[in-house]
Amino acid sequence: MRKLLLYLIIVTTGLVFVGRLFYLQIYNTSFASLSEDNAIKVIYDYPQRGSIYDRNGKLLVTNQPSYDVMVIPRELKPFDTLEFCSILNITKEKLKKQLRKARVYSPRVPSIVIPQLTKDEYAYLQEKMRKFEGFYIQKRSLRDYHTTNAANVLGYIGEVNDAIISKDPYYLSGDLIGIDGVEKQYEKELRGLKGVKRIQKDRFNRDIGPYKNGRYDTLPVNGKDLTITIDADLQAYGQKLMINKRGGIVALEPSTGEILAMVTAPTYKPELLVGRKRSPNFTKLYYDTIAKPLFDRGVKGEYPPGSPFKTINALIGLQEGIVDTKESFSCRMGYYYGKKGTKLGCHSHRGPLNMIPGIANSCNAYFANVYRRIIEKYDTPQEGVETWRKHVQSFGLGNYLGNDLAAGSRGKVPTAEYYNKIYNYPTYKWYSTATISNAIGQGEVLATPIQLANMTAAIGNKGHFYTPHIIKAIDGKPIENENYTIPKQTTIEKEHFEPVVEGMHQVYTNGTASFLQVKGIDICGKTGTAENFTRINGEKVQLTDHSVFVAFAPKNNPKIALAVFVENGYWGARYAGRIASLMIEKHINGEISRTDLEDWVLTHSLEEEYAKPYSGEPFKINQ
Amino acid sequence: MPKSTIATIDWLTVLLFILLVGFGWGNIYSSSLEDKAFSLTDFSQVYAKQAIWIVLTLVLIIMTQAIEAKFYEQFAGLIYVISILSLLGLFLFGKTISGATSWYQFGPASLQPSEFAKAATALALAKFLSDMQTNIKYINHQLRAFLIIALPALIIIPQPDPGSALVYAAFFFPLYREGLAASYLIIGASATVLFILTLLFKPLWVVLAITGIIIIYLILKRKQKPKVSRFLLALIVITGFCFSVNYIFNNVFEQRHRDRFNIVLGKEVDAKGIGYNTNQSQIAIGSGGWTGKGWKEGTQTKGGFVPEQHTDYIFSTVGEEWGFLGATLIIVLFVALLLRLIHLAERQKTQFSRVYGYSVVGILFIHFAINIGMVTGLMPTIGIPLPFFSYGGSGLWGFTILLFIFIKLDANRVNEW
Repeated sequence: MRKLLLYLIIVTTGLVFVGRLFYLQIYNTSFASLSEDNAIKVIYDYPQRGSIYDRNGKLLVTNQPSYDVMVIPRELKPFDTLEFCSILNITKEKLKKQLRKARVYSPRVPSIVIPQLTKDEYAYLQEKMRKFEGFYIQKRSLRDYHTTNAANVLGYIGEVNDAIISKDPYYLSGDLIGIDGVEKQYEKELRGLKGVKRIQKDRFNRDIGPYKNGRYDTLPVNGKDLTITIDADLQAYGQKLMINKRGGIVALEPSTGEILAMVTAPTYKPELLVGRKRSPNFTKLYYDTIAKPLFDRGVKGEYPPGSPFKTINALIGLQEGIVDTKESFSCRMGYYYGKKGTKLGCHSHRGPLNMIPGIANSCNAYFANVYRRIIEKYDTPQEGVETWRKHVQSFGLGNYLGNDLAAGSRGKVPTAEYYNKIYNYPTYKWYSTATISNAIGQGEVLATPIQLANMTAAIGNKGHFYTPHIIKAIDGKPIENENYTIPKQTTIEKEHFEPVVEGMHQVYTNGTASFLQVKGIDICGKTGTAENFTRINGEKVQLTDHSVFVAFAPKNNPKIALAVFVENGYWGARYAGRIASLMIEKHINGEISRTDLEDWVLTHSLEEEYAKPYSGEPFKINQ
Repeated sequence: MPKSTIATIDWLTVLLFILLVGFGWGNIYSSSLEDKAFSLTDFSQVYAKQAIWIVLTLVLIIMTQAIEAKFYEQFAGLIYVISILSLLGLFLFGKTISGATSWYQFGPASLQPSEFAKAATALALAKFLSDMQTNIKYINHQLRAFLIIALPALIIIPQPDPGSALVYAAFFFPLYREGLAASYLIIGASATVLFILTLLFKPLWVVLAITGIIIIYLILKRKQKPKVSRFLLALIVITGFCFSVNYIFNNVFEQRHRDRFNIVLGKEVDAKGIGYNTNQSQIAIGSGGWTGKGWKEGTQTKGGFVPEQHTDYIFSTVGEEWGFLGATLIIVLFVALLLRLIHLAERQKTQFSRVYGYSVVGILFIHFAINIGMVTGLMPTIGIPLPFFSYGGSGLWGFTILLFIFIKLDANRVNEW
């Protein structure tokens, strides 16, 4: 027993130690990460973010240096706070608060006191910097905008939030990331790859050299420069025309699907969301819930397409063989249907009309007849609506386009299922007349301006379209993405487009937009006037119609196809048509001969119209 | 003419010694590595100095083996007296290094006599216990044995070096092996448990709890009529002990001692202040994982985060660079050495050799247990080196002499009968 005791104690001690080692080294992993934290400092080398150019090589966005005032609290010496505050134009309280925050964060690690100084502030402060021990200035990179336009296209960058950090280990707190537009969509290309340096530190937090001789270090990879499809001049012109209006313009190049211009109004200057001003400016824009300047109406606004949609119904009618170009339908200031003789109203025009003048004069009765025949060609209205829907959707309506924009909306093309539901089928039956509004692009159909522009491009191309896209080249190399280079076919055969295109041409020559002709350009277009409603104190109130216009030009081998939406602009040719004509002339001729149109658009404002529903007083519409 | 003892040297023990010293030097080299070129003759380098100390141990080993075994027994008393004098001399001529006046300066080298006093005390105790007239069962013999052990410890404490003094508790093992009553063991163990309980809880609660247990015990056993007076006496002693522990801890101990205990007991967490050593050491060991970061690749070791890493905290380098497997190997080597030494001690034919052998085992064990316990955060911070491993000439020489005297005694068994 006396011999055994020491044996036992020794062996037990040995086992306890092995157990303790197992706990420290194998079981409990927190020690391993602590070690990584305090022995190795990781320094990131941030690459330059790629620049953005327009389709003609004009520089839109690049980088500018920015200067953060940093402080290392424990190195701080007493200084003239009054002078410091007056140089930086901040209050003493703010400085005190920032210094307290920095000290709480860490007395040894640098913190930002004042972020993102301008060049002027920096130049002034730099001379005096030696007076303020413990402070130093750190250079950062900010976006530098060489354009005051296209904020909605370009988007902006900002600091990553916690959700992104936890999802993507590439990003660290304080890193910048594209939040909207091209900056968001092409974040990976633009940002490049940051370089990593690992520095071995000693216990005094001093650097003692590269960790493992830099074996794990990487060099930064610069961001790629992007060329986008936007024509900066056309974009600028579009934004100018849309001042004091609300709505959107989307212009495409039909032969490629490239987005030439993407205007939303009202908008803001991209430089507002840079640097120190970003936060207050963003708040201001974000909380403007009436004008919604951050809402990109060109890609997100879902509107009833109105009359431009009639062209699609004409094409479906021809494809389904239920109408030809010669058959005329009479119009008695509208179309009467149902047992009670419900009327789908129309405006005054000569009649009866066949297809081409039907389009040119936008006759509601003509398209009500065509639409009914499409639906009634099949045994049940369900089959009819489904057939019609498939044709419509082949033009890219009713779903996301699959483009490379950061934002978008589906729009809406109703299905038979949808009508079954609202009419409580099969308890109650519904017929083609229940959906008759689809004939003239009202009712259940909704589309975004970019979808309408794409639809117009498909008509201009006589049966196919290229998915609209914003990217043209990355680092000078043109894109090869098949989604954008291979055309998508519609379900309509090419020959059926001829009369519809002719009808759209006659809109300009002798139809609803004849006063918008531009000398020397064969424009094809279609006006639209879309009824719309809002709710005031829970009551449904009709507002002045939206002014809609789609067009492409020239008639053969079109160079531009566009859709213009002006909220509450009344009839189609009034605002949207004028703007569309000017945009086409600007793009094709490079200069404006129709200065009368231009002057009219620039001098007319719709702000009064927009204020009406908020005035609290009864108001009249469509004046 | 006594037979030569070369052939009967226990080579297994020697092999374990070589392995520990060699591995130890490798880790000292890694933990003291600077950006300078490798040079064994540049004595500003810690590893080069240690290499010299190691080479010089060869001289010591040869000397310990060359001296006649009987010499150690005959001159044990004299060696002890010289050793005590060398400790006392520190008060006059000692050099102070990091707060403790424990060194003599000889040119570029400094020696710590307390490292050699352990071997001297072991010899003296062995001599006393192996005396024909000594019987450890007698209380006055026990007192004399305690005096031999306590004298050097009492001189070392005020240097101040309480860690080194604590090592003298190791002599409990030979005393117990030679027949010291088990009640000392029980009382010692109970005192330790009460000590810890008193620090963890208030002494009043500990006393109340023990009183409760005694009352329940007495009620349960009332039919056997236990002697209540005995329990009453025990209770009075316990109460006195608990409150005096509390008093000593709070009034006699210095704050740094209190902190060390509080950290191990988990009452305080202070990773930047007093708990820094222990915390950094655990981080370094923990970061080693299964196989470690490799020799000279420890990031904590390179960064110098663990203070005293090449001396008392050398085991944290092992843990970081060699991982669980390497650290376990070192523990296995130590356990193997200790068990081997017990085996050797048991086969001794003379009581002198056996007592000395057990003293060696006890001293090495206390160092091993306290040092690794401290480095892995199981024990309060008590600064004593890891035998054969830690940097330091005096320590290495002290342990080498301690061990090789025993190897000589063991090898000489062929001359005993």
